[in-house]
Amino acid sequence: MNEDRFPFQPLSSFLMKKTDYFSQGKNDSEDSGLRFASCQLLWKQINSETEKIQEELNKQLFDNLIRFLRQSHSEFQTKTTEWMCRMKSSEIPTAALVLGVNVTDHDVTFKSLSEVLQDNVTPYVVSLQAKECPGIKHLLQKLMGQLMDCYVDADSSEEEECVNISQKKIRCSMASLSKWYENVTKKTGSETPSKKRTSSSRHWQSPPVVVIFKDMEIISSQHIHEFPLVLIFGIATSPMIIHRLLPHSVSSLLCIELFQSLSCKEHLATVIDKLLLTTQFPFKLSEKVLQVLINIFLYHDFSVQNFIKGFQLSIVEHFYSQPLSVLCCQLLEAKKRVTSLSHNQCENIRSLPSFRRYVESQVSEKQIALLTEDSFLKEVTQTLLEDLHIYHENYFTVLRCLHVFTTSLPKYPLGKQIRELHCACLGKSVWETEEYESAIQLLRMLAKDELVAILQKCAEIFISPSGKQFSNTVEKLEEFLARFQNLEEANEVQDVSVSSQKELQKKTDLYHLQKTLLALKESKRSKKLTKFEMLRFEVVDFIDSLVRSYLAPAEMQTLNEVVYFNTANTLREHLNAAPRIALHTALNNPYCYLKNQTLKSDVGCISNTAPDICIVYKLHLECGRLINLVDWLEAFSTVVTAVEGTDPEAVATDQVDEIIHARFIRAVSELELLGFIKPSKQKTDHVARLTWGGC
Amino acid sequence: MHLVPTRAAATRLGASCEPRGRERNWGGGARACCSLRLQFRGQLGARPLPPCKVYVRSPLAVRRLLRPGARGALLPGKGGCKAAGLPGALRGGQCPASYLVNACWHCRLSAMSQLELKRNKVLEARFVADEDVLKHISDNGGVKVRKDRAQLALNIKRFVKKLENISDDDEAQEILEEQNYVAVLGACAEDSLRNGSSAGGGEIYSFQTPKRSGKMAELASELAQTPGKNVTFESSQYPEKPASTPQSNKKYSASNKAQLKSKKNEFVSTTPYRLRKRLSAPSLRSDSESDYSASCSEEEEEEDKDHKETSDVILDQKTPSKTRAAPASKKTPAKKLKEEMTSNLVEEYFEAHSSSKVLTSDRTLQKLQKRKLDQQTLLVLLNKAPPAFTAELKELNQQHESLFSKWMLQLHLGFSIVLYGLGSKRDLLEKFRTSLLQDSVHLVVNGFFPSITVRSILNSITEEVLDHVGTFRSPLDQLDLIMKRFKEVWDQAKQSLYNWLWYETTTFSPYLEETSYENSLLVQQSGSLALSSLTHVLHSLTPNARGIFRLLAQYHLENKDNPSYPGLSFQDFYQRCREAFLVNSDLTLRAQLTEFRDHKLIRTKRGTDGVEYLLIPVDNGTLTDFLEKEDEDM
Repeated sequence: MNEDRFPFQPLSSFLMKKTDYFSQGKNDSEDSGLRFASCQLLWKQINSETEKIQEELNKQLFDNLIRFLRQSHSEFQTKTTEWMCRMKSSEIPTAALVLGVNVTDHDVTFKSLSEVLQDNVTPYVVSLQAKECPGIKHLLQKLMGQLMDCYVDADSSEEEECVNISQKKIRCSMASLSKWYENVTKKTGSETPSKKRTSSSRHWQSPPVVVIFKDMEIISSQHIHEFPLVLIFGIATSPMIIHRLLPHSVSSLLCIELFQSLSCKEHLATVIDKLLLTTQFPFKLSEKVLQVLINIFLYHDFSVQNFIKGFQLSIVEHFYSQPLSVLCCQLLEAKKRVTSLSHNQCENIRSLPSFRRYVESQVSEKQIALLTEDSFLKEVTQTLLEDLHIYHENYFTVLRCLHVFTTSLPKYPLGKQIRELHCACLGKSVWETEEYESAIQLLRMLAKDELVAILQKCAEIFISPSGKQFSNTVEKLEEFLARFQNLEEANEVQDVSVSSQKELQKKTDLYHLQKTLLALKESKRSKKLTKFEMLRFEVVDFIDSLVRSYLAPAEMQTLNEVVYFNTANTLREHLNAAPRIALHTALNNPYCYLKNQTLKSDVGCISNTAPDICIVYKLHLECGRLINLVDWLEAFSTVVTAVEGTDPEAVATDQVDEIIHARFIRAVSELELLGFIKPSKQKTDHVARLTWGGC
Repeated sequence: MHLVPTRAAATRLGASCEPRGRERNWGGGARACCSLRLQFRGQLGARPLPPCKVYVRSPLAVRRLLRPGARGALLPGKGGCKAAGLPGALRGGQCPASYLVNACWHCRLSAMSQLELKRNKVLEARFVADEDVLKHISDNGGVKVRKDRAQLALNIKRFVKKLENISDDDEAQEILEEQNYVAVLGACAEDSLRNGSSAGGGEIYSFQTPKRSGKMAELASELAQTPGKNVTFESSQYPEKPASTPQSNKKYSASNKAQLKSKKNEFVSTTPYRLRKRLSAPSLRSDSESDYSASCSEEEEEEDKDHKETSDVILDQKTPSKTRAAPASKKTPAKKLKEEMTSNLVEEYFEAHSSSKVLTSDRTLQKLQKRKLDQQTLLVLLNKAPPAFTAELKELNQQHESLFSKWMLQLHLGFSIVLYGLGSKRDLLEKFRTSLLQDSVHLVVNGFFPSITVRSILNSITEEVLDHVGTFRSPLDQLDLIMKRFKEVWDQAKQSLYNWLWYETTTFSPYLEETSYENSLLVQQSGSLALSSLTHVLHSLTPNARGIFRLLAQYHLENKDNPSYPGLSFQDFYQRCREAFLVNSDLTLRAQLTEFRDHKLIRTKRGTDGVEYLLIPVDNGTLTDFLEKEDEDM
């Protein structure tokens, strides 16, 4: 084989349907078609929802940008104040878009930005990426190409001509660009909108880009009179970078205006709020899975896109691996599907741990019925699904309410973000945790103003459409609010009485004074609660009771397996894999993979029957920076011959078996391929180790 | 279950108190941070298991750890458990970095204590001086979360100082967060199904102690002397690791006996493997190490007696345990070394890499009198070698193959798949290709092929898959075209993202095909290749040309012992050639040399003085062989 790549043309372009792959993997392909369909549907919905979120979040930013673009060349457009225009035109209007470090998300932002610009401002939008433009020539080519294409799109009748131009033009220059621009404007005459925008360029902080932009801007500033140019920079870190990367002579030519995009954290919060903390989508993530996704976000890339991708993966995994996920759809549909469940699926329901718990809690007759009669089981399943749905509705409302409370606390014992609170509640009974205890403690110390404000917010949450069942709660909250109002008046009265008491004390004699002082001391010790404090306790207890009744962990809910995806391991393995650890384990402890008893060994030990590469690896760990191949070979053959039971004396006489020699060569070259060693010229027949340490 | 105060702590203190009392003291003691080391002892069956400890700092953390199950056990009433306090002198403002420590205890004690109860093990909690903890941490790079590595490279003292400024609450918060991270993402410690991803970073990203020469041979003989059995690899990182060999069992039982005698002596601690696995993986190795150090410092005085007993046992044993016995017999030096290591942690690496002195033997393959193997014979020989673990490998492969349809589904949904793990994945992929990809357009790119470039891949896509004729100005244009052509097939949004999904497919299959292209495959085969090509090329040359090369080769061999030999300068060479009547002008010589260079027989190098030097890039052995052969021919 001496070819490095092989293309394979299919005999027929017939593609197997995805559904087939979906069903193939599972032996019990229960309702796989339906499952796949609902999976796709759900993902479609979620995807469109995320796009909507993205759009909404970007809306303001884009609006500002567009306003800026419209303004920037108004002088050019109107040509009223020519002198002013001249002054200003030597500067290129530039928008610096600070986008944050989640670079992977920026593609989407820029794509939608250029779409918006094309729709609203000008057809001439060029989007350049640092990696696409290794030099000034490439940049101009790219710029021209995109402009021509835009033009083609705008005016399809002249398509052919334009294509010819762009193909011929190998040498582009700024001059030709401005000529082309004149051409275009002439051709289209007065009909073209007189505001012309170009070049929305983006660049990340890579030094070669600087050169490109420097050149371009110097050139383009001369042409700015004929050619209205607007630059848009995408910046990942801070706006200061422009000044650091571009020399003063260049940056002075730029008229920069800053635009700040929404931070990725806020973006994530919105996404979680809209996707996870809602009953709109039946699919849910368990605590661990959510933790994995959030941790990847926080510790690895800050990419909302990747978060959503991980979410998608968990949807696919869930529908793929859980046969009962067929019920993971809107409640009405799910109820319908329950009736048509097969016997096998009923058995699947019966084997769910949460369902077993439920069965055990029932009376014995019902237990038998549940375990034997499919029809009865289906009935119960329907009600259970409904319960689950109601649980979610209540859960999210109360969660938001609790969040209002906890965010007002100092140091945020239950987390600042609602996602942290969500995780805490999903995993275990939140009221049993220490954090919750301390949070309640702190709540009992809230000032009145704060408490009232919080209560009002909570009432709003409960009144909002999702919290229909909470009319009682709302009443109760309103009652609390009213009582606080009353308290205020009562307090004033009390204050008066206290002051009068003080006046009284002045007039008494020594004996009486002593007596009253003692009494005061006494009362201080017992410290009667004021009315406000009592009411505060009542409120906190009320919230506590709400939490206890509605924020039960999801794992405790019957049939939670249907909608909750909880194999966090799969997700972690696929999204945040540790290839180096796998390699290390395979080399150090082959038993993990090859379940052979002879390989079984303790940590740090290795059986001498292990695969060659493991032995060679283990031996090489004993060496320093350089490894003598002869010693290595000898050591290897000592080990191997000992296993095979040949006479160890033969080893001493330098007669290494050829087969062993060959095996050694193979193992060593494998290590070389894996990057553990490399040949060294430092000493004859030595290789250099490329790793430091190991065990 | 009971709690025993360590003897060291007890003797230093002369008193011990229960943890609640300690808490109050801590409260008064400013920022004092103590480390509570929980040690699990016990044996699973007859196998002694590696020790495992949890380091906890700040009373709050202790409380949190001990929350549901274990707290009761800490009270003195139950089993007379006590926890020793820590003298103020030891606290003395030394405050180990909180997030250094936290990596060790991301496990929950409640879970542990349950396990504990199940197995009826002994729970030991002891307080260790902060210095010890710090030492333990800094001794072993792997304990820390990777993030902290760079920081540690700085002066440790400064590090400590900085940390003192952080309030306890912040630290606790940080611990919580880091713990969170480790628990969720790191280490995969808990229950990574079949694969052994449980090895934490510590084992991989750790520093290495300097190796002695001859260590490998020692190890090999150790391995060889117990054929068919498991053998402990006694690397220097495992000074006191409980091992599975019968010898070491004996040794430890001996020391256990000694323990019974003196009752206080307890430096070997073991823990069930599963339990250990549940604990933070990165701390594993370091534990055994620091355990050692702790026992060193704590048990010096009373150790002598026990030590004699132990070494008596060791004397009965054969060489394998020699290395193991070594650290035990010279305790104080070891301790000193430890302290040195703390300060020289980083320098050590650079030292080892800067010194030109290499402590390896001077033996070469030449002296082995081995016939050199070329690719063919290598393959033939390897085919003769008996394949090992065929059944297990097959099992492993079948597991991977069962995932094929899942891969297909995910590929269709816009994800890309990365396979990783030890072993060649070529066969696996080939099988995937033939079984599932027959009906779709696909391209096989063999990345191990040395001369592969992005351009060639793109070319093969455009030319062979898309039937496009013509060239492109840049790869990017090419990419554009490919995208355009595939637009009907692919979703626009998806093609920009790779969406890697990682699958572990460790196969242990030999990298046969892959390594065959590494022409650097060590001297064994390159030598034979070079020799044959050398003779081949030179036989096609004129006798004069051969003479010229001989001259150069001889000069080369004369200078083979001179390490600063720069090569033969052109002028000198010309002079010599003239004297031997091989050339008559330097032009002819130059023409000849150009021919040599084209055949890669010589290399020219410009020296510092601007003179051109000639070198033969063939190793001396081959050259000698060649000259001998030439002499025979003549």
